[in-house]
Amino acid sequence: MSFLTENKFVSFFKGFLVTGKQPVKPKVTVQYPEQKRPKAERAHGRHVLNRYEDGMEKCIGCELCAGVCPARCIYVRGADNPPDAPVSPGERYGFVYEINFLRCIHCDLCVEACPTEAITESKLFEFSFSNRQDAIYTKAELVVDDSGKPKVLPWEDWKPGDDANTSAWVRATSPSGRADLEGAPLWSGELGYGTRPAQAGQSDAAAADAPADFDISVREVEAAELKGAGVRATRPVPRPSRPAGTTP
Amino acid sequence: MILAASAANYSGDPVFAKGLDLAVWLIIIVKLLVVFVIVMAAVIFMIMYERKAIARLGNRWGPNRAGPKGWLQAIADGTKLAFKEEFVPEGADKVVYRAAPFISLVPAFVAFSIVPIGGTLSVDGYTTRIQLADPPWGILLMLMASSISVYGVMLAGWSSGSKYPLIGAVRASAQMISYEAALGLTVATVVVLSGSLSTSAIVAAQHGGFLYHWNILRSFGAPAAIFFIAITAEMTRPPFDLVEAEEELAGGFNMEYASVGFMMFYMAEYIAVVTNSAIFATLFLGGPDGPRIAGHSIGPFWFTLKVLVLLYVYIWIRATLPRLRYDQLMDLGWKRLIPGSLALLLIVIGARVSWRWGLFAFAGCLIAFQVLLRAIEVGQSRTDAGAELEAP
Repeated sequence: MSFLTENKFVSFFKGFLVTGKQPVKPKVTVQYPEQKRPKAERAHGRHVLNRYEDGMEKCIGCELCAGVCPARCIYVRGADNPPDAPVSPGERYGFVYEINFLRCIHCDLCVEACPTEAITESKLFEFSFSNRQDAIYTKAELVVDDSGKPKVLPWEDWKPGDDANTSAWVRATSPSGRADLEGAPLWSGELGYGTRPAQAGQSDAAAADAPADFDISVREVEAAELKGAGVRATRPVPRPSRPAGTTP
Repeated sequence: MILAASAANYSGDPVFAKGLDLAVWLIIIVKLLVVFVIVMAAVIFMIMYERKAIARLGNRWGPNRAGPKGWLQAIADGTKLAFKEEFVPEGADKVVYRAAPFISLVPAFVAFSIVPIGGTLSVDGYTTRIQLADPPWGILLMLMASSISVYGVMLAGWSSGSKYPLIGAVRASAQMISYEAALGLTVATVVVLSGSLSTSAIVAAQHGGFLYHWNILRSFGAPAAIFFIAITAEMTRPPFDLVEAEEELAGGFNMEYASVGFMMFYMAEYIAVVTNSAIFATLFLGGPDGPRIAGHSIGPFWFTLKVLVLLYVYIWIRATLPRLRYDQLMDLGWKRLIPGSLALLLIVIGARVSWRWGLFAFAGCLIAFQVLLRAIEVGQSRTDAGAELEAP
């Protein structure tokens, strides 16, 4: 019966079957403002200024973030801590702290540069303004509130999880690259969260090869929910390494 | 013999039986306005129908924000388009440039006037068909309209004073003229089957039995298929939309148009889709013919249903088939559709005379096809040989 299936005329109409089947399948479209795909674990979004567990601000006004910023969107002015009511545990604190989000490229270099992990990025990117003044976030808007959560501003669309793991805790699997420090958190606690545990996987080869939970792409998470929509739910099988000396 | 259907007797619209008085004029004007509104509504509907259906055929949702379920999106787009700047290029021939959209739009409207929507309507002693005009040469109006709409495209491309629109327009005119021959021949087949040029008589000739009395089965499907392909090419719908091949022509004949001018081309395109679906239903699917429900004739319902199904087929084709290459387009038109429709016309004419003549025409066409195939083969081999000689 191959003449029935391999016929040019038949295969012409087979194409119509391919498109004709689509309307009954689940759609790949996400109804965006109402439904949102989960964001990547290390997504770079709107900044927050963190505080210690005792409520002190972490920022010491050193201006390293402003210095490293390639877009020059950060303006910091430090001031001496008032002795009777200190804002930060150090000698100085960030008196003025402003980020212009019309310029920020979310490269995270300020986060890398910060010696006290004061500035970190949340996953929020859905904020828009109707005037340029609103684009400049002041310190009052950037500092976390008393529960350690970022402040929710009227023009921002926070979704659950956008403020999760805002600090830089996932960076270090082994601080300073020393194997004997693996798993030992060398970072300070944070208001609302305490001291976060270290990420696993440096000396354990299997754990290092296995993708961490936050590395699973958003696409795959979605694909598990969209079975039959033409999206593969399984991760691609890694190609076996070729023995040395052989050519492909 | 199903081919030998009795020729329907043509009788004009019964509204003219009492002569032309004021009431008749009023009825005609009201009918004109109603048809205009129906066509405009159909265009807006078709744009949304196409956008939603093609989205679903591509595993998407399509527009679903403006209005209930997104059905007001076309109105929103149209309003936005109308408020855009009316821009005339410096090199354009101003008068022709302005006139071209109208030349495109008006025939599209005119063609719908001959479509019988079904049944009659009685108002104050006057009975009239639900059909704007029922001239004895009805179907020729459709051929005329599709020929004139070529001028709209051609003049738009030429008067824009820009090379991409010009290439698009040249393609369009060559394509439309090529497919008009096949179109006319298949329409002639239907006319021979029904024995009349009037659309109402063509519909009446198909009346009587559900499906098996329709022209699509009485002509064994082939003229309907050719007509469908030809009309798709005539409208420059995908897969025959070389006229507006974005990848090559950056938009095609309407590239230099904006605002209302562009909107008119856009509307003309969609009116043509609706009109030609209606004409296909009239010629081959019995128009408003269909089973009665509880003793009531519900012609307009069946007519609308058939048009909706045909429109969906057009959208499905657009979602499925890739655009043809120019030589493939010309091959299909000249080497397949025109000889095919000519043969079918001869066979149908023969069969109307007697079954012997039908068989004779069939045999004659088979022989002619062999000769034609051989001629195409020889011509192709010579072209190939020439190409080899020219190649370095």
